[in-house]
Amino acid sequence: MPELTVNGRTLRVAAGTSVAAALAIAGDGRTRTSVGGQRRAPLCGMGICQECRVTIDGSRRLACQTHCRDGMQVHTS
Amino acid sequence: MMNEHAEVLIIGAGPAGLHAALAAAPSGARIVLLDDNPAPGGQIWRDGPHAALPTQVIRLRERLQGYGNVQVHTATRVIARPAPYRLLVENEERGWIIDYAKLILCTGARELLLPFPGWTLPGVTGAGGLQALVKGGLPIAGERVVVAGSGPLLLASAHTAQKQGARVIRIAEQASPGAVARFAAQLPRWPHKALQALQFGSAVYRTDSYVLAALGSERLEGVRLMQRGRIVEIPCERLACGFGLVPNTQLGEALGCALQAGTIAVDGWQASSLADHFAAGECTGFGGSELASVEGSIAGHAAVGDQATAARLWSKRSHWQGFAAVLNRAFTLRPALATLCEPDTLVCRCEDVPYAAVQPHGSWREAKLATRCGMGACQGRVCGAATAQLFGWQPSTPRPPFSPARIATLLCIDDHPPT
Repeated sequence: MPELTVNGRTLRVAAGTSVAAALAIAGDGRTRTSVGGQRRAPLCGMGICQECRVTIDGSRRLACQTHCRDGMQVHTS
Repeated sequence: MMNEHAEVLIIGAGPAGLHAALAAAPSGARIVLLDDNPAPGGQIWRDGPHAALPTQVIRLRERLQGYGNVQVHTATRVIARPAPYRLLVENEERGWIIDYAKLILCTGARELLLPFPGWTLPGVTGAGGLQALVKGGLPIAGERVVVAGSGPLLLASAHTAQKQGARVIRIAEQASPGAVARFAAQLPRWPHKALQALQFGSAVYRTDSYVLAALGSERLEGVRLMQRGRIVEIPCERLACGFGLVPNTQLGEALGCALQAGTIAVDGWQASSLADHFAAGECTGFGGSELASVEGSIAGHAAVGDQATAARLWSKRSHWQGFAAVLNRAFTLRPALATLCEPDTLVCRCEDVPYAAVQPHGSWREAKLATRCGMGACQGRVCGAATAQLFGWQPSTPRPPFSPARIATLLCIDDHPPT
């Protein structure tokens, strides 16, 4: 059961949980703010649309294609 | 920087890629299998806290692990082709170069996502998209879900959502009742597929029905549907909407493989128009995991020069090609789906380009240059396929980097000048 931090909030999730799912468990599931200021959430779920890009341990990654890991720091924008 | 050499490089570890690797492995050739997902299996055999993998798939994985000559790289993307028979790839930690003798493209398909008012609201996903997110642990117990769009994937998505405790309150299929009935009547010819037919009779399933708008301000609150000629509004927390599949041909195109009707063109050996480059599975046309698996096997055998074994699989392939033909005929999209946008509906979600800005242009290229449509992070994978459906535009051949990449990865190209 990895323990990670999402926007400062710590939570424990089942092994194999995607970061996209963790965002929904920890909050409202939203990932980024669009260039026009809209809040967005994952759309395609399979690494195509890039709507779920978030900052994980300092780098920009796709939440839907990343498994939660112990100690991971996730930030949405 | 570590360079890697593969006698057979396989891009994509779904049904086609896994079978290609297993077919090629007994030859002893050095095989490298890449996938951008965290685990092999592709979209259909996606593992996760809310997924139960079929035992046959677990056995496939175990067989693959038994081969010392097969290297699997998950969470790895193809970034560029710095020279012929050479690809630049990247994972979470590093970028590196893979040289290869034969390549098998098993890049699969993505969902066709069409714009409609409100489709950018949180709570709206693809149909396969919701299924993938749920398998990855997205909690949806107790939520009201509307599934819309077209094709058997709607039923699979509804099934996954329901198993996790969601209330699927409507499945809106745009195809006519006649088309769906003709499709369902064919299913008993393919025994494994027969189970799916049962769900067409579900109480929430409506044919001749399609989404008009997603409703809500900050997130999805409901959906407006055209349901058998009548407009209805249904409150819900999630809308899972997909209009079928689009083959992932980008990498094949960039390498120089010829396309045919929007798919990578292949011959009987699954060989593309480019020497030493094969393709198998949904990037060569849709037909489900059974067809993808047998195509992958043929490609794997052919790539290591075992044409005799490959040819023995031809009859099996023809069987599943029949299913693909029936599938594609039944779920043809109705023209009304190209007219759902309002002037302010965003067509390009990466660059927030509205329909009114895109529509006056005569081609994909013109719209792209004038509006930045398709120039964002997804590189037109969503809006390129959408405008092909909306306006009949032909998206241009992708250019590297094929995926957003780190500078350090791109610098690998300089470390390894073409020899």
